Amino acid sequence: MNLNVYVYIAAMALVTYLIRVLPLTLIRKEIKNTTIRSFLYYVPYVTLAVMTFPAILDATGSIYSAWAALIIGILLAWRGKSLFQVALFSCIIVFVLELFIC
Amino acid sequence: MNESRMTWYKKGLKDGIPIALGYFAVSFTLGIAAKNAGFSAFQSMVTSMLINASAGEFAGFTLMAAGAGLLEVVLMEAIANARYLLMSCALSQKLSPDTPLHHRLLLGFYLTDEFFGLSVSVPKTLNPFYTYGMISLGAPAWAFGTYFGCLMGNVLPVNIVNALSVSLYAMFLAIIVPPARKNKTLLVLIIISMLASYLFGILPIVSEISSGVRIILLTILLSGAAAILFPIKEDVTNES
Repeated sequence: MNLNVYVYIAAMALVTYLIRVLPLTLIRKEIKNTTIRSFLYYVPYVTLAVMTFPAILDATGSIYSAWAALIIGILLAWRGKSLFQVALFSCIIVFVLELFIC
Repeated sequence: MNESRMTWYKKGLKDGIPIALGYFAVSFTLGIAAKNAGFSAFQSMVTSMLINASAGEFAGFTLMAAGAGLLEVVLMEAIANARYLLMSCALSQKLSPDTPLHHRLLLGFYLTDEFFGLSVSVPKTLNPFYTYGMISLGAPAWAFGTYFGCLMGNVLPVNIVNALSVSLYAMFLAIIVPPARKNKTLLVLIIISMLASYLFGILPIVSEISSGVRIILLTILLSGAAAILFPIKEDVTNES
């Protein structure tokens, strides 16, 4: 990381803002191309899935607590719990398990 | 008109409370990631004030901690945030056509998964003040959470930091799992993505690829294959 940190921040912010604001301001009509629509639809799920696993397994102090957090997170999210509840209970299970494991 | 603005703003504030709480917990972890990338607490707060994107910021910090170049970081940012392109399109359909430009510019700046999810859930057209209500709590929670995470991440006991570290991943799960319950293609795609990500990390040759490039490659390959093999039918995109 040789460049100034603020150059990185500015570049990241600019790219992010352009992606978010251009369709909202320029494209007033719906995108019709099915392949592009499908690609854009699938992108967030693949990106987030790839970023979550297996990285979550290294996030805590023990692989068991990490697996427990992953499973609890999936179960609660599957049952439609809120973002806050899913995050909270995943944290709690790690905290409680590590009290006993470590 | 002013009265309905106020009503929508207050409703946004109220609905935004759980989002703001979740943002604080998640951005705290983000602050720790920023510290690992060599950021000061102030720099991490500026990043969160300007970007407001969990996956994008997290990916950026991770890459910078690994010493990635500017081009790789920018490319990763574009990929990690590509979903906002679609959300931005979807949100434009929710606005009344005479919505002035400054509202569009502001809504775009704060287009997050959660604000988007609530904003498109209102019947008929969206009053931007509803979203501004959510933003009024969520955006400061996001920025201050990052600040305190960067500042205090190393002061907190290690078991608390370990526990908080999974909140970001839990948030990702809370975004991707519920739609997968209703859509089998999505469910299979998510499982394949996780398996592929795991395999890319351990197999010879491909495991040499940096984690940022791996995410970009897998996203383009798997989303592209899914788009060609399983093109979505109309209106599925509006539910996410």
